[in-house]
Amino acid sequence: MSGVRVLVGTRKGGFVLSSDGKRGRWDVKGPFFAGWEIYHMKGSPADPDRLYASQSSSWFGQIIQRSDDGGMTWHQPGTPPGQPMTTPEGFPKGESNKFVYDTSPETGKPLTTHQWYDGTPHPWEFKRVWHLEPSLNDPDTVYAGVEDAALFRTTDGGRTWHELAGLRGHGTGEKWAPGAGGLCLHTILLDPSNSGRMYTAISSAGAFRTDDGGKSWKPITKGLHSLYIPDPTAEIGHCVHRIAMHPSRPNVLFMQKHWDVMRSDDAGGNWHEVSGNLPTDFGFVIDVHAHEPETIYVVPIKSDSEHFPPDGKLRVYRSRTGGNEWEPLTKGLPQSDCYVNVLRDAMAVDSLDPCGVYFGTTGGQVYASANGGDGWAPIVRDLPAVLSVEVQTLP
Amino acid sequence: MIRVVLPAQLRKLARVDGEVVLEVRGEVTQRAVLDALEARYPMLRGTIRDHVTQRRRAFVRYFACGQDLSHDAADTRLPDAVAGGAEPFMIVGAIAGG
Repeated sequence: MSGVRVLVGTRKGGFVLSSDGKRGRWDVKGPFFAGWEIYHMKGSPADPDRLYASQSSSWFGQIIQRSDDGGMTWHQPGTPPGQPMTTPEGFPKGESNKFVYDTSPETGKPLTTHQWYDGTPHPWEFKRVWHLEPSLNDPDTVYAGVEDAALFRTTDGGRTWHELAGLRGHGTGEKWAPGAGGLCLHTILLDPSNSGRMYTAISSAGAFRTDDGGKSWKPITKGLHSLYIPDPTAEIGHCVHRIAMHPSRPNVLFMQKHWDVMRSDDAGGNWHEVSGNLPTDFGFVIDVHAHEPETIYVVPIKSDSEHFPPDGKLRVYRSRTGGNEWEPLTKGLPQSDCYVNVLRDAMAVDSLDPCGVYFGTTGGQVYASANGGDGWAPIVRDLPAVLSVEVQTLP
Repeated sequence: MIRVVLPAQLRKLARVDGEVVLEVRGEVTQRAVLDALEARYPMLRGTIRDHVTQRRRAFVRYFACGQDLSHDAADTRLPDAVAGGAEPFMIVGAIAGG
């Protein structure tokens, strides 16, 4: 029988939840890296037992961890346990946490400063990895979205990382400015039908696409309208919270931004609003049903200063029409006195039939629906605040 | 023989319990001790000092023999008691909630 593995990153460690295909009983393992913030954990589509985790700390910086056995054991790439920690030449191997911005002139300018909150130039400073996106076909290749916003890639299983500097250097980089949560690159989408095409989203710079494997990039923000920036339709400055794509129809994108749920039918070339009858079009997560590319999910949050569900009722909203018409999903979710948030990387789906939908809250619950959202139950609760949820469907 | 006390987070990262014992050749300075520490435990590279600038991370402090050595130059000689192994060189994370 097939199974499901749910990878949960929290403020104080990582957890691996697993179940069989019925998704009724769950085994909880963890915390891994207890006490450290685990911004994101994700498995390789090419090798489901190869997992990567982003471990960080305000004190001690960023660590990349890797598991080769489905999350049972972990090590920093380059320093596997029991192996020599230096190369035959005597050089230390531990470089898994070395993210150094590219400043070489041939990769484009400006690469040295972005805008600070007051509009002045500010040096790029690496802080942490927000999102890890393993390649669709090579377990040793992984993309990392980092703060301050930049895109890195490893091709040796996480041991060394190098920036794809064309993103920062394509021309608008010096105009990027952080939102309240920092200048983070949080979304990386790989087009399964076009190996050269990739999308990224940055808070609060906007969204970008490459068609040549990351060498050159262009903003994809036509149609976005943000009243909180001086020019509401500017190319740069939109606070995109999340973008989602269905693998069978990669030209159609769905976006949850800082106000507005948006849709593009031409690979980000143009966007139009599909917020429709949502009680609030503010939120962080958005995801697509595994088998129905017109079925999408969001979790509306009251406002940009009160990051909790309207009226204290935790509701996932589902559209079966690709937006505009939305229905509240409430069965099994708290409908009073609930003031949690669901952060941008904290929703995922499995590919079983019926599709499973999962999300984690800042209150430490991970809710799951084994029937496409019709009914929900917490599969674990009282964890530290959940930062990310990813799901693997296992054979 | 140099004794180094790591904060709990870094002990976990380096997979060690208790104090770390290092051999440091030549003059015993902050830089020499940290170089030896990172050579022995490469997973700690970047966690105490910045990879590129080699500057101490803002929330990390160095103590020994009851003194705060955090603001000493990296090549300043450490106290004899540390160089002789009588007292440990302590790497401490700033105290904060959360």
